[in-house]
Amino acid sequence: MEKIVLPEIENFHQIEVYLQHGGYEAAKSAFSQTTDQIIDTVKKSGLRGRGGAAFSAGLKWSFMPKNNDKPKYLCVNGDESEPGSFKDRQILEYNPHQLIEGTIIACYAIGAKSAYIYVRGEYHKWIKLLEKALADAYEKGFVGEKMKETFATDFSCNIYVHKGAGAYICGEESSLMNSIEGKRGYPRVKPPFPAQNGLWGNPTTINNVETITNIPPIIKKGWEWFSAIGEPKHPGTILFGVSGHVNNPGVFELPSGTLLTDIIYKYASGVIDDKKIKCVIPGGSSMPPLRGDQLEGVKMDAESLKAVGSAIGTGGIMVMDEDTDLVRVLARIAKFYYHESCGQCTPCREGTGWMLKILNRIVRGEGTKKDVDLLVTIAKNIEGNTVCALGDAAAWPVKFMIERFREEFDAVVKDEVSLEPKNKVHSMRETANPITPVQV
Amino acid sequence: MEFKFSEENLQKIEQILKKYPTKQAAVMPVLYLAQEQHGWISKEVMLKTASVLEINEEDVYGVATFYTMYHKKEMGKHHIQVCTNVSCMLRGGYQIYDAVKEKLGLENGEVSSDKKFSLEEVECMGSCGTAPMIAVNEDYFENLDKEKALQILDSLN
Repeated sequence: MEKIVLPEIENFHQIEVYLQHGGYEAAKSAFSQTTDQIIDTVKKSGLRGRGGAAFSAGLKWSFMPKNNDKPKYLCVNGDESEPGSFKDRQILEYNPHQLIEGTIIACYAIGAKSAYIYVRGEYHKWIKLLEKALADAYEKGFVGEKMKETFATDFSCNIYVHKGAGAYICGEESSLMNSIEGKRGYPRVKPPFPAQNGLWGNPTTINNVETITNIPPIIKKGWEWFSAIGEPKHPGTILFGVSGHVNNPGVFELPSGTLLTDIIYKYASGVIDDKKIKCVIPGGSSMPPLRGDQLEGVKMDAESLKAVGSAIGTGGIMVMDEDTDLVRVLARIAKFYYHESCGQCTPCREGTGWMLKILNRIVRGEGTKKDVDLLVTIAKNIEGNTVCALGDAAAWPVKFMIERFREEFDAVVKDEVSLEPKNKVHSMRETANPITPVQV
Repeated sequence: MEFKFSEENLQKIEQILKKYPTKQAAVMPVLYLAQEQHGWISKEVMLKTASVLEINEEDVYGVATFYTMYHKKEMGKHHIQVCTNVSCMLRGGYQIYDAVKEKLGLENGEVSSDKKFSLEEVECMGSCGTAPMIAVNEDYFENLDKEKALQILDSLN
């Protein structure tokens, strides 16, 4: 199987090695085409965003206004904070130049003079690796003013690395833009969409690191080649990050539509101690979990996962064996979203804390059946009622974990609310001074 | 305590400002510089950052308090971050967290009296495939178990 995003070439992160294998030739070929041709190629390739929403990358680019004097921007989203997702860091470490080359091509296609690659702050090491690669690309004249000469074109762009500072919410595109602008990472209300009103009010496109890294091979080898890989409706390879109770966790680049069971048993070498699987979250912690008996025949692409009631998300596959305490897992997931809610919208700010409180009560063994129902009600009241998707991300795991694993919750909760008061309070009649019966 | 950016950092700030069309956009990288120099983001640091960038003080305060990686109090020389999110939890993240807590005698967010260690229970660090993990300041230590994690603590001085 050919690897597109993470080729197995030694020292591919070094600019010399990258150049030996045809590096920056795609950019050269891009500059000989019109921007419309490039957008058309990416559209026809069927490349869909790898950051979670799986939206057509070419279509997104085509939303950028033309004949507009405003400066345009590209943001490359490497905030990667979804629990279970650890793929972008592989690109930053092993293939930064393809990311840079993809960024150049994307800038050209949408007419952006500046691109910001937003990397989460905890990735100190990977930010340094990316900055090193970027400095090399500048030095060789592939980025910046010198690229006009290198590529014999009149286009040039600059690429900057922006370091996050530990906020999950900044992976949300509008929050990411606020963060680059030097503000608190609050998501913005949409519309207006970033293509009209993005960074500093200018037209902006936001693409995931993995999406952008797919661009140079598509330009080099053509859309026909790319669209023939994997599932036709969601073509190309996907970086699947497998974690949890497997023998060989890690990132595997495989064609879309690869069987989930193949990824777990063949590539991740099966479950530790050959235990049975109780639960798999297929796309990072905010995606609906699947039961162990639901996995047979499930293909890993956006459409197939939708059909079985989950979503591809960031391709972070979390495997949990038969001995996993799912109530605890859900409580931990709820804690994450409570911690990361930015506090802007009431349903999410209050709801995430409320759900966590109830789940902690259930974990302590003090929950009741009504608590489990209440969790579902709260989740349904968060979902769809917030500015950004974090509300949904917090609600889905609760809603679907309870729907699909209700027996796990029922086993640890009491049937009825205990009406026995904890601090015995006597009734008025008992505590008050004896009342003299009224004489008739 | 008064805070002043070093000459070297003032030059770095000049470079940072070239990356963005507005001065406010430089606030995050400049706060990182300040934290590197001062160790944490005190009120004085925020005020200085605002005056150097010529932006509103409350905007700097807003940013410094929104993002968890800016320390609003003095942390230990070795800031120990233990991930307990799902992927780490499934592979023993909490055993490590409990062992580290016991060894250091610290709870989440606390700093030891000699300022050598501070402890933080962190959310997913992107080490799910090499879980469980701890991070010491900027460095990741992955594929750990309880013993290895404690050995790492022992090796710090």
